This record gives sequence, structure tokens and C-alpha cells, in this order.
Amino acid sequence: MTTETVKKQRWKLNLRDRFQDLPLPARITAMAVFVVLLYLLPTKAFYENLGFPIPMGSGYLPFYTTGSDMAGVLFQCGYYILLALGLNVVLGYAGLLDLGFFGFFAVGAYTVALLTSPESKLITEYNWFESPWPWLVTVPIAIALAMLSGVLLGWPTLRLRGDYLAIVTLGFAEIIRIVAKNQDWILNGDRGIPSVGHPPGTYSNGEAIFELDFAPYYWLVLTVIIVVIFLIRNLANSRVGRAWVAIREDEDAAELMGVPTFKFKLWAFAIGAAIGGLSGSLWAGQANFVNSATFSLENSILVLAAVLLGGAGSIGGAILGGFLVIYLPEWLRSVGDVFGWPTQVTVGGIHIDVSPTSLRFVIFGALLIVVMIYRPQGLWPNRRRAAELKDRQKEVAPVE
Amino acid sequence: MLLEIDDITLHYGRIQALHGISLHVNEGEVVALIGANGAGKSTIMRAISGLRAVSSGAIRFQGEDISKVRADLRVARGICQAPEGRGVFPGMTVQENLEMGAYIRRDHAAIAQDMERVYGLFPRLLERRKQAGGTLSGGEQQMLAVGRALMARPKLLLLDEPSMGLAPMIIQQIFTIITEINQQGTTVLLVEQNAQQALSRAHRAYVLETGNIVKEGTGADLLHDPAVKAAYLGVA
Repeated sequence: MTTETVKKQRWKLNLRDRFQDLPLPARITAMAVFVVLLYLLPTKAFYENLGFPIPMGSGYLPFYTTGSDMAGVLFQCGYYILLALGLNVVLGYAGLLDLGFFGFFAVGAYTVALLTSPESKLITEYNWFESPWPWLVTVPIAIALAMLSGVLLGWPTLRLRGDYLAIVTLGFAEIIRIVAKNQDWILNGDRGIPSVGHPPGTYSNGEAIFELDFAPYYWLVLTVIIVVIFLIRNLANSRVGRAWVAIREDEDAAELMGVPTFKFKLWAFAIGAAIGGLSGSLWAGQANFVNSATFSLENSILVLAAVLLGGAGSIGGAILGGFLVIYLPEWLRSVGDVFGWPTQVTVGGIHIDVSPTSLRFVIFGALLIVVMIYRPQGLWPNRRRAAELKDRQKEVAPVE
Repeated sequence: MLLEIDDITLHYGRIQALHGISLHVNEGEVVALIGANGAGKSTIMRAISGLRAVSSGAIRFQGEDISKVRADLRVARGICQAPEGRGVFPGMTVQENLEMGAYIRRDHAAIAQDMERVYGLFPRLLERRKQAGGTLSGGEQQMLAVGRALMARPKLLLLDEPSMGLAPMIIQQIFTIITEINQQGTTVLLVEQNAQQALSRAHRAYVLETGNIVKEGTGADLLHDPAVKAAYLGVA
């Protein structure tokens, strides 16, 4: 290692340590200001009052997504951040490679849809109950069912390790999607479930808060994220958290230290699944319409990319990753307007579409590869995970 | 008798690794298992610590059959193993590794005392207290693995190849400490390829060949046994 990289790392650690060294009131104030800013993000006034010059084109600041509704993008970022936080418990803490994490999102979303839609077959055909349930009541049920499906999936499969677990979980998500697509007697197949309920609440003039405007949904999901962060943080610093680290680093050794590994792996799975189901129920509360098309495999992969891009095992990393995988492509969609990027070039009479809109996933993919080569521990890594990664690299290719 | 293994067999899939092994360890002893690669030494360790289930036979610890007990519960009963290949947690610091060793315990004052004791046995670990386990040298990792196993306050300490891959000087050190640990009251069962060291330190020893015990005796006897000499000590 050259002295330069040592210096660089020291500087980075300092930045983190320096924040930790601040007196508690200062840290709390800084966090509070940051959180207020987060709540202001979807409002136009926030951008206009910052006093930045408004770039050419239609938009506000360069980082405001003009190609799509900013609040909508932020809401989508929000439920992906939740998913990334959930997968981070499974993959980042316990070290279990789950390739079908979106399956739990589907369980949560379908639970809410079936219980809150007046057109749900539970009401129209089976008369289980007379009128749809309020959204808020169905959320805990969605979380519980997602957790249960996590346990049911984990019970037989968590005895498998590594690649086998990855394949089984991949299969789980696909089974959920295919069943939802083809199964007609309750989930309504491809036609899906319309008129899904929304979260409760009205403004003083009697208008519902949670309707077409995305901003309230974003504020809701942001609040949920903050609560979830506190829960996960406490968990990670407890005995359970230490057991997860031990399992991830060396499962046999963990068992030899007296850690009931199967039990704790199952817990990680169940907690991750619960967070995934929560995310799905929030999404369904906004989506209005739920069918199987939403739950394709690429979503699971995107969540996985979010965790790895941000840095597995770190809450900050999961948040950053979840934000980037949604925000970056959306931002690229609008960036062409801002910088006057050509939308088309003609080579030998063939028109090639080069607008950032259509190339956004290419650019995003390339970025992912670059990050994984130069910063395999992720953008905001967990210190301990970074050390483990180095240890593993040493095994594969000894470096001097 | 602290540990009594009664006619156990063990299979990896279709391959039978142990063919009816019987051995015992008395309280306060150092017992060595020696044998070539693939003889089944580590498999016996895994059967005792519970990482592998036996196909038949009984493992009695303090008179109770524990062959069906889960591995993590055997630790609570007083069996702790320092695994082969050291198995330290690479991302945890030395201190955190030792804390992990005391995972089943909640008596914080006594844990702190034992930590002092381990640092007393291995001063090198005290120097490296804040360093990640993965960055230690091989010898230091071995010390950490032994120290970590001691943190569980085992009645029976299982050591799987404590000398593997270490320089002769370090091997000497490790074995001196094993003797010391034993004199402080911990019973030790160790698996070794370094037969010279193991036999000269052990009260009793078993010789293992392809899943069978072919010889047993006191360490000194086996050290002078012509067959053992030829096969394991490199003396013609």
C-alpha cells in the first residue's frame, strides 16, 4: 500500500471520527437540520429559495429531475431505500445472499391490495368481509405475512450455504411472480387488483392527503425510514448483531463459540422480510393498482445492486445505494435537457438514439462496474466489512 | 471420566470417515490424537464439538450422552474448540474476537478477569488488541484462536492442529502455553501432525489410521514405540 492511499484513508476516517467526536448537542442539531432538508426535498420552493441559478431548459437545479415528477422519484427512492435496508440486514449483517428479496415486497403489496380494494375477490366472490379494510390496518398484517413467508422460506433453506441459498431465494421470487401472473381465483392474474386503498388523512378543506400528489407519500416513507433506521441500529449493536457478524465472518467458528446460528439466520431473514413487506405495503398504498408485472426479477437485482453499491453492512450505504439506483437513471433522463445533449446521431444513414433517457441504464450499468472495480467495499462501507473483504482478497490473490 | 467416546461412526455422504472410534479423556489430562492426513482426526473433533452429527455410537460428556445435542449447546456444557485453520473472525478486532469467545456467558466481571488471564498468557495479543483478526500473522491468529476458546471457560478444550503452518519457535511457544493452561485446570484434547511435540506434552495419546484407532498409550510410551517412530517421527 502506498503512503498516498494510507493518507487518503486516514483523511476519510478522520471525517467520520471528527463527526463522532463532536459534542452530542452539535451532532443532534446537525442531524436535525439534515432531516428537515430531507423533508423539504420535493418542494419547488426549496430549490428556488436556495438562490442557485436556474439552468437552461424547463427545470430547477441540475439535480432536480425534470423528466419526471421529483416527489414521485423521491417516493420511489424511499421504498427502494427501505428494501435496501431490509436486504442489508440479510446480506450485510448476516451475510446471506438473497437474490429474491423483491418477493417479500410482493407479499406485502398483494396483502394490502387484497384487503383494501373493493374489487378484491375476497369481497366480490368469497364474501370474507363486506367492505374493504382501511390501509393502515392492513400494514401490520402485510408485515406479519411477509415475515411469515420469510420464516417459511428460511426454515428449510437456511441450512444451505452460499450459492445454494442464492438459487433457492431466486426461485422463491420467481414463483411468487409467476403464481401471481397465472393464478386467477384470488389474485386475478394479469388483470391485477385495482382501486387499492390509500393511507388515511384529510386536509382541513376535506381533501384527502394521500391522492395524486406524491409529496405526502414521500414524507410518509421518509418517516418510516427514520423509524426503521433506529430499530436496525439498535439491533445491530445488540447481542443479535454481534452474532450476525460472527456468522457472516465464519459460520463454523460462530457455532463453536455457542452462537445458535440457525436461529439467528432465521431471525435475520424474518426481519429483512418484514421490512421488505413494509416497503411493499407502502408502495401499494400509493400505486392504486397491483399486478404481477411490478415484481420482475430485475427489481431484486436492483435492490442487491443498491446494497453492494452503497456498501454491505452499513446503514448509510444502504440508504445511499437505494437512493442512487433509482435517482441516477431518473436524473439522467432529464440531464439531456439541462446540458443540451444531442438526442440522436446519424452514422451511415442509421439514426442512433443517444439521448440520456434511452441510455440511462447503460450509463448506470457502466457506473456500477467502475465502482465495483475501484471501490469493491461500496461507496459508504462498513469498516469491519471492508476489513473482511481485504482478508478474502488476500486468500484469492496475495498482494505484497 | 470427563469425555467418553463409545464406538462412534461418521459418514460424509457415502464415505465412511470413522469406523467405530472409542476413546476417553480423564479430568485434568492432556490427550493427543496423532495420525496422517485424512486419518479422521479433525472429524473426531467435529463430532465432539457437534459440527458434524455421528451416524452411530455415543459421546458422553460428564456421564451424559451429548451426541444429539446442538453444537452451540455443547459450548454451554463446557466443550469449546479452537477450530482447524484458526477460524478467527477476520473483521473483528482481537478484543472483539475474545469477547465473542465469551458469547454464552453473562458474568461480566469474570469475563473481564478471564480477558486479563488470556492477555497474560499471550502478551502479543495485548499489543494487537485493537487490530483486526485478519491482519494478524499465522502464529498470532493461532494464539487468538486458543485464547478465544479459553474465554468460554471450557471444562474440555479441543485444539485442532494448533501447530499447523507455524515456525518451530512459535510451535514451541504454543505448546508451552497449552501445558500451562492444563496446569491451571483445563482438560485438553488435541489433534496434531507434529507428533514429537504432541507426544512429549501429552499424558496419553491415540494413534489414528484411516478412521480406526490402532494404538494407544502414554505419551512417553508411544514416543519410544518403534512403529510410531517410523511412521510419525521420521526415525528409522
